[in-house]
Parts: sequence; C-alpha cells; structure tokens
Amino acid sequence: MSKEQQIKKTNKMKQTLGKLAGYLGKYKLILVLVACFIVVSSFSMVAGTYFLKIIINDYILLGDFAGLLKMLVILGSIYLAGAASAYIYSRLMVRVAQSTIQDIRTDLFNKMQQLSIAYFDRHTHGDLMSLYTNDIDNISEALNNSLTNIISSLLTFIGIIIMMVVLSPVLSLVTFVMLALMFGIIKMFGKKSKYYFGMQQQKMADVNGYIEEMIEGQKVVKVFCHEDQALEDFKGYNEALREASTGAQTYAGMMMPALGNLTHISYAITCCIGGLMTIAGAFDVGSLVSYLQYVRQVSQPIAQVSQQVNMILAALAGAERIFNVLEEEPEVDQGTVTLCKAEVDSKDCSKLTETDQYTGHWAWKMNDAQGTLKELRGDVQFKNVVFGYNEKKTILKGISLYAKPGQKIAFVGSTGAGKTTITNLINRFYEINSGTITYDGIDIKDIKKDDLRKSIGIVLQDTHLFTGTITENIRYGNLHATDEEVIAAAKLANAHSFIKHLPHGYDTVLTGDGEGLSQGQRQLLAIARAAVANPPVLIMDEATSSIDTRTEKLIAAGMDKLMEGRTVFVIAHRLSTIRNADAIMVLEQGEIIERGNHESLLEQKGRYYQLYTGKAQLH
Amino acid sequence: MIKKLMPYMSKYKKALGLAVMFAALEAVFELLIPLVMARIVDVGISTGDMSYTVMMGILMVVMALISLSFGLALSKYAAIAGQGLGAELREAEYRKIQTYSFKNIEKFSTASLITRLTTDVTAVQNAVTMGIKLLVRAPMMLICACILATLISPKLALIFLVSMPALICAIGFIIMKVRPKFEMMQKRIDQMNTTVQENLVGIRVVKAFVRAKKEKEKFKKSNDELRMASEGAFSIVVFSMPVMQLVMFASIIVILWNGGHFVYNGELTIGNLTSFVVYSNQILISLMMLAMALMMISRSIASIARIIEVLEEEVDIKNPEVSPILEVKDGEIEFRNVSFKYEEDGDQNNLENINLKIKAGQTIGIIGGTGSGKTSLVQLIPRLYDVTQGEVLVGGVNVKDYELETLRNAVAMVLQKNTLFSGSIRENLKWGNENATDEQIDKVCEASCANEFISRLPGGLEMDLGQGGVNVSGGQKQRLCIARALLKEPKVLILDDSTSAVDTATDAKIRAAFGKNLNGTTKIIIAQRVNSICEADQIIVLDDGKICAVGTHDELMIHSEIYRDVYNSQQEGAGFSE
Repeated sequence: MSKEQQIKKTNKMKQTLGKLAGYLGKYKLILVLVACFIVVSSFSMVAGTYFLKIIINDYILLGDFAGLLKMLVILGSIYLAGAASAYIYSRLMVRVAQSTIQDIRTDLFNKMQQLSIAYFDRHTHGDLMSLYTNDIDNISEALNNSLTNIISSLLTFIGIIIMMVVLSPVLSLVTFVMLALMFGIIKMFGKKSKYYFGMQQQKMADVNGYIEEMIEGQKVVKVFCHEDQALEDFKGYNEALREASTGAQTYAGMMMPALGNLTHISYAITCCIGGLMTIAGAFDVGSLVSYLQYVRQVSQPIAQVSQQVNMILAALAGAERIFNVLEEEPEVDQGTVTLCKAEVDSKDCSKLTETDQYTGHWAWKMNDAQGTLKELRGDVQFKNVVFGYNEKKTILKGISLYAKPGQKIAFVGSTGAGKTTITNLINRFYEINSGTITYDGIDIKDIKKDDLRKSIGIVLQDTHLFTGTITENIRYGNLHATDEEVIAAAKLANAHSFIKHLPHGYDTVLTGDGEGLSQGQRQLLAIARAAVANPPVLIMDEATSSIDTRTEKLIAAGMDKLMEGRTVFVIAHRLSTIRNADAIMVLEQGEIIERGNHESLLEQKGRYYQLYTGKAQLH
Repeated sequence: MIKKLMPYMSKYKKALGLAVMFAALEAVFELLIPLVMARIVDVGISTGDMSYTVMMGILMVVMALISLSFGLALSKYAAIAGQGLGAELREAEYRKIQTYSFKNIEKFSTASLITRLTTDVTAVQNAVTMGIKLLVRAPMMLICACILATLISPKLALIFLVSMPALICAIGFIIMKVRPKFEMMQKRIDQMNTTVQENLVGIRVVKAFVRAKKEKEKFKKSNDELRMASEGAFSIVVFSMPVMQLVMFASIIVILWNGGHFVYNGELTIGNLTSFVVYSNQILISLMMLAMALMMISRSIASIARIIEVLEEEVDIKNPEVSPILEVKDGEIEFRNVSFKYEEDGDQNNLENINLKIKAGQTIGIIGGTGSGKTSLVQLIPRLYDVTQGEVLVGGVNVKDYELETLRNAVAMVLQKNTLFSGSIRENLKWGNENATDEQIDKVCEASCANEFISRLPGGLEMDLGQGGVNVSGGQKQRLCIARALLKEPKVLILDDSTSAVDTATDAKIRAAFGKNLNGTTKIIIAQRVNSICEADQIIVLDDGKICAVGTHDELMIHSEIYRDVYNSQQEGAGFSE
C-alpha cells in the first residue's frame, strides 16, 4: 500500500469515527455518566490493590485488629462502589448502544427507500442485506463491549502505572522495559493474525458464495448427476478455508499465553531486583508485595484492549460501508407538480376544484401562485427518448410515441428489444439521457415522483408479495380500500376462486414472497392489487405470462373492464392478448420499426405480420 | 448431541488430544508459578536470602518459558482441531446434501440449507476452538486451586464452601433469565430481516405504489421491537460481571480478616496469605470461565442440532440395494397405474391413476392448466420423486431398479426454473458432458439456437456467466439450458416449459432441430403454447392430476373439449392468414 493510500485510508477512518460519534452525540449526557462510572470503577480496582498493601503492612503484620476491621470496611466500600458503578455503566451503555444501533438502522432503511432503482440494479441483495446483519452486528458488539472495555482498561492501566511509579520509580523502569517488549509482541502477533484473518475472511466469502450458488441450483446438480464434481470443487474451497482459519485462530490464541508468561518473567525479574533493594534497605517488604501485585495486573488491560482491537476494526469497516450507503445520492426529484383529487363543476366541465373526497377525478396541481389545476387525463407522449442503463450501451434510440387518454398501447418485440425499459421510464424508475416524456402535457421531470407514480398502476413481470394476509397484499395498491373493494378487485382478476380455496381464505398469511402460491396465482394477486389502486394509467408488463391460456381467457373480461377508460401500456408475448390494442408498437433493438393497429399492421405484411404468423426470425 | 459430532473429529483426534494435554499442562504451570512467587516473597525476600531469591527467580523464568511454549502449542492444536472439525462437518453436510432428493431439499428449503452449511458450522468450530481451552483449563484450575488453597490453610478454605455455591447460584439464575430473552431477540432479528429482504426484492413494487411511508412504518415497528428485545437481553447480561466482582471482593475481605488473625498467631505466613487471595480469585474466575464456556456451548448446541438434522435426514431416493441396472436400453416409457402426491399425509393426489405408454423416439406434448400436474408427471421419469403407487418404467425397466446415475444420464431434463452457474458458457455446457469436443458443443448450440447470440457475446463461449447466470437474458438462459441437456445425448429429453421466454420463431426452429437430430431420443415437451406441441406424435391433456385425453392434434381437436378450448384461445385472430 502506498503512503498516499495509507493516508486516505486513515482519513476515511477518521470520517467514519466522526460520523459514529455524531450518532453517539445524541446520548451525550448518558455517555458522560458512563465515563464517570468507568472512572469510579477503574479507580476502585487500583485503590483496592493499594489498600491491600496498607492492610498487610500496617495492620496484619502489626496485629492491629481494630484498625484492620476499619480498613476492611473501607476496602469493602471501595469494592462495592466499584462493582456498583461497573453495573451502572454497563447498563447505561446497553441503552446507548441499542438506541444508537436503532438510529443507524432507521437511517439506513429510510435511505434505502430513497435510492434509485439503478442503485438496486448495481448492488446485490446479499450485499445490502449484510449491512443490516453483519455490519450492524459488528457495530453493536463494539458499542456493547469494546468501547467501555477499552476506556476502563486504559484508565486502569494509567492508574496502575501511576501507582507503580509512586511505589518505586526504580522498579517501574524494569516494568517499562517489559511493557515495551509486550507491545512489540502484540504488534508482531497482530500483524500475523491480521494477515490470516483477512485471508480467512476471503476464503469464507469464497466458500459461502460457492455454497449459495450450488445449493440454489441443487436440483440442476441432481438432474445432471453432477454431485461428485460438485463435491470435489467444494473440497478445494473448504480446504483453503480450513487452512486460513486455522492460521487465524492459532495466532489469535497465542496472544494471551505470550502476554501472561511475559508478565511472569517480569515478575521474577522484579522480585530479584526488588529483593536486592529491600536488603539494601531502599524498599520495604510490604511495598514490594503490593508492587508485585501491580506487576501481575498491568498486562490485563493490555490483553483486554488487544482482544478488542479486531472487533473495533471490524465495526469501523462495517460502519464505513453503512455510511457509504447513507451518503449515496437519493433519487433525483425536483418535480413540483402534485396530484390532487378534484371535483368537476357540474355546469362547466373544464372547471376543477380541489377536494379531499374521492370523486373519481384527479388533477395536476401546478406550482404557480394560483395553484392552477389541470385535469389528469392520461395523455402520455415520448419525444425522441434516448436511454441506456449505462453509458456504454444505448437501449432506446430515439423513441417517439403518443398515447391518447383511454388508449391501449401495446409493445411487441423480442427479449431485449426495450419493451420493459419503455414502461420503466414512464414512472421514472430511470432517468432518460435525452428527449422528453410528457404526461398530460407536463414534463414528467416536473411532476413530483411520488405523485407521478401514484397515478400509474403497474403489474410487473415478476410478482412480489409481502408477508401478510392476502387482503393486505391486495390492499397494498390502495391502503384505504374496504374489504368489499378488495374482494371486488380479486373477483375482477379471477383470483377470488383460488383465494376461497386457501385454508383461511382472504386471511391466509403469505410468507416468503408468497411461497406456496403458483406463479399464475401470484400474478392474479398482482392484477387484483393494481385493480384496487384504480389508477388512470396502467402498465401491464407480461402480466399474464404465467397464467395458462384457459385461465387467461377466463379473466379476459375482467381485464377488459380493468383497462376500460384508462391509458394502458401492455407488453405481452402472446400476440392474441393485444389484438384489440389501439396501437401496437413493434420494437427492435431499441427502435420502433412498425406501428399501427392489428389490422393495419397485418396489411403492411412487415415484421408484425411475420411474428404473428411465426415466420419472423427474431433473436 | 455433542457425542454425534465425535466421528467427524476422528481425523483430528491427535490434535484434539494434544490440545487437551497442553491445556492441562498450561493450567498446572499457571498454578505452580504463584507457588514459586509465594516462596520468593516468604523465603527469599523476607529473610533477605538473595541467592535463594535469584535461584527461584530463574526457576520462575524457566517455568514461564515452558508454560509459554505449552500455551502456544495449545493455541495451535486447538485451532487445528476446531477448524478441522468445522471443515469436516461442512464437507459431511455438503456430501449428504448431494444425496438429497428433491423432496429432502424442499423440506429444508434452500435458504435454511445454506445457513446450516455456513453460519451454523462457523458457530460450532469457533465454540470448539475456544471450548477446548476453557473446558480443560477452567475445571483444572478450579480443582488445583482448591487443593493448593486447602494445603495452605484448610480452615481458610472453608470460605469456598460459601463463595462457590453463591457464585454458581447467581450465574445460574442469570443464565436462566437471559435465555428466553435471547430467543426473543433472535425472533425479532428474523422479523426485521424479513422486512428488509422483502423490500429489497420488491423495491419496484414499493416504488411503483409509492409505499415508502408504509414500509418505513413497518420497519420502525420491527426496529423498535428489536431494540426493546435486545435491551432486555443485554440488561440481564450486564449483571454477571458485577455479581462476580461482589463475590470475589467479599471473599477477599473475609480472607483478610481471618487470615490476618492466623498470620498474627503464626499459623500462616504473609506470603501464603497473599497466595491464598490469589487462589481464591482464581477459583472464582475459573467458575466464571466455566459458565461462559457452557453458555457458548449451549448457544452452539442449537447450531449442532441443525447440522445433525441435515446429516441424519433420511434420504428417500436411493440406489437399489441389489445389483442396480447399469444400462438404459432405449427411451421407451411406461406409466402403470401411477398415483403421486408430494406430501405423504396429504389427502389429495397430485397425480391420479396415470397409465401411459410412450415408444422410444416419439415426441410427446403435454398440456394442461396451472396445477394440473404436468411437472409432477415428468419428474417421475428421472426419479426426482418416487411414485406413491404404481410404477414408472424406462426402457422396459422400473426406474427404481436403475442405478440413479445411469437413469439420470439417460434422461435429460430441462427444469422450469433454469439455473446456470458462474464460469464460462463452455464450462456450463460441459455439465452435460465433461469430455465434449468443440464440434459437439457447436452442434448442440446450433440445435438450441444458442449460437445466434453466443457469437455476438464478448468472448463467445468463454464469456463468464456470473453467479446464477445473471449475464444473459431469460430467453438466452433457456437456450443454453437446452444445449446443456442435449450435450448429454440422452435417450429421453424432457423440456418443462423450457422455451417460455423464447420467441415463437426460435421455438419452432429448436423443435425442427430436434426432429432432425434426435431421432432415437424420446422427447417430452411441456408447453403453454399449442403451437409448440401440435406436431407431436401424442399429446397428453392433463386436468387436475388426471389424463383427460391422449391423441394427436387432429384427434384431440375432435375429442377433447379442453384441448379445443386452449387451442382456440390461442388461435383467435390468427384466422387472418387464411
């Protein structure tokens, strides 16, 4: 690592520490209390040892039992205060640690909700999930134990050193030499164990990655009788992990015996030199005995801290990852136009007034002085829209299209032609590179994102359900929907009959993204969810791809009713389902190559005709 | 429970033995050293015998060095044994999972199997590495310290009769209290993770329906609950340290008071009194360590139990015990009175009384609504599940009589849920046949129409597919999966809705290639589109787990209402071409 990188890394760590301190700052008062009690507790440990000397030297040896009793009471009080403050600061720290962790989790989750879809495309679920599990755990662990431990160890250490110097400056020199030796050893072992821990971490990631992938695909492994090969590969990864983790654990475990026995050696040397001093009359037996006590104790805080260092570093690394996410730019939203419910004047249809009541009419509220209302009609226009998920590859190359209110627009084309991409742009999941998209004549960039999306219902290619009852999942489309409305939506989507057959009907609790339901059933629920939202514009992205054709036919009437009076964008593989669209766009490699209704397109005898008759050669 | 782990330790028995031995020796030295310390103070320093002091000092240095080497050796062997056991367990689990049937896999669920292979094993191996040290050291120190203290002063040692039970009771009480709290905490963690996971997976839904606020509220609730649960658990844990300190300090005071009198009476030396205090502390610390070790082990017991569950799972599909048949004659298939259900205690059969005869080399189409049993039916052929009743024959032999590998090599199946693995396209295709030549690979890629896009990919066949094959689209994935299956040169080829993401034209081309190249192979195609199967020799119409019609397209158009329905629903509007 170059020096520059090193500095950069240190700076980054400082920033992370600063931010972490920011979170802790909220609990400043409690932390001050914690610090006070740590001081009391550390002080009582050191003082206790000191009193031991006085008791032995001045009372026991002299046989002063009345005095001894008094001293023991004092010693007892010191100890009691120590134990009590140890409890108090630990308990307070639990509160601080858990509250801080809670704050960080909240910020992280709230941030996540603001990030763009593109962000989620770039990061795997596993990576994001591990922020909440591993990284948060590490911070929590560090706050729970390490922080107070390090402070109290530090204080104890300082206290012991002071006492040693007070007792005998000469002997302290011996101790300092030994301490220097200990630090040297810690550094040596630390370096070794850091290397192996890094390796262990990496090998562990390899093994876990391999296991995850293979177990996910275990059924394919079985079908191809690939079990032996899979086991062979696994053994390689497993062995590498075993070697690395054995090294890591070995070096981690060596620190304690090394420190402990160095202390013993230090003790022996101190005995010899101290003994000589006593004989020479420069020291007394009692002082030597209690000095030796300190010699025994001095390595404990060092050992404590060196054990905590790894934990602290892990916590800081985790905190850095979390803060990186918190620093991500949220989804751009500079829109000011909002959506509101509107009442149409009974005499003058063009006159709108804002209302809180559901009227079936919606309007865009401009961000001007008068708060002009513009009726929401569902008029969507694309003008020369160019878009790519990344700079390298342009997906849409100058798309222009016009959907009049209430029209059904269908997109046809092979996988990768850009059908889903177009629908993703309407609700601004992604930002376009150039061109404009307007909604009722307003540039969608000027509409507040939340309001834009509220006006557009969408049934996605992959259905996602949430833990909760069937009713709750349908109601996701419209939180204010009554039970009757939910059931009506389910009936419309033809989901009612299978829901009725579930063990608890509409109250059946779904878990694990709707485990136990077939793909088709899940899609029916997604359609019901969109139906209950009752949006002016509807996007159906392969909404019926997993529904078999018979069921599809059964829900056709419902679908027609759902689409009635709305602007609808449909993507479908089965051309029969889009036959009645007002306009069909045939896409190829990001361009609209044909457009028109079913009949006119067939007459053109172009690509659509070929597709429809199965003669086309698509990739 | 722990006994069941012993077989996996066998390879590292020596390391374990050495670790235990060194742990014991280290503990002995750790106790002997304070004795020497006491001698130095009592004999050397008090009497001013300098040569004695130096001698004992040197002895102590030597002992420290010996103890150090024991400590280092212990650390090494404990790591070898613990991490070795972890590796063995992981491998044993993985090996066992390789023998699992689909049913076994489903019983555990993929996510749970992954946890059992990763997190659980790590917990066990670290518990063992730490446990060896603590479990040997702590009792050893405890016993030796008791003996030594008693030797110094039997009368003073009576105090242990009070202090030890007091500490044990206190810690036992804390552990008892904290346990349910930790369980609660774990439950809350799981709940919160579920919420996060669902938001990650369904982020488009959340955004499309503008439900960030609702999700934030949901998260806030689980976050609050988690904080309360963990605070509840940790607030009990923090009792343990002060409690131990209290018992320890109380003992010291009592010892000093009584010991002081003994010293005054000449029954005890000052050095011995100091040693006694040290031993007393050692005894209580050892108890504490023992408690910690037990707590750690009990936490890993849950992990051990989960691992054992995987290892002891009864695999329900195994090779036949006596002389398995090692060759599949041809691709003839017969179902005789087959009934099947996924759950043994389920009350409804997923397949009911299926009778079917398929000649080798025929093309069979299967069609039917969602849940009609199409996938269940074909999964019985390569024996991914066993029939509940009746029998399935391939090449005239009951599938249960084949060696599994023989059967599955002869029956290639492209699953509905396709999976590709990280590695190049070529490596993935070679799953079908490890020794496939370039020509063979080219041939299957052509037949599956995969060559059309492979040639356009950067790197062609060598392009890395990424974890789970993320670097190719759905339709491309399906074509690669078909190519992979073709490379097996199977006697039976089953496509379970495997071209759903491929456009109609390509689909037709793939089928044409089958007709040309796979004459001897029995082809079974499950499809949603009638077009994909209408040219088949036999079409099976399934409804609600029963065969409701079998025949060619023309026959079914006359006899089967369901088939006609499906056909018409897909052909509406197609009449333009006439």
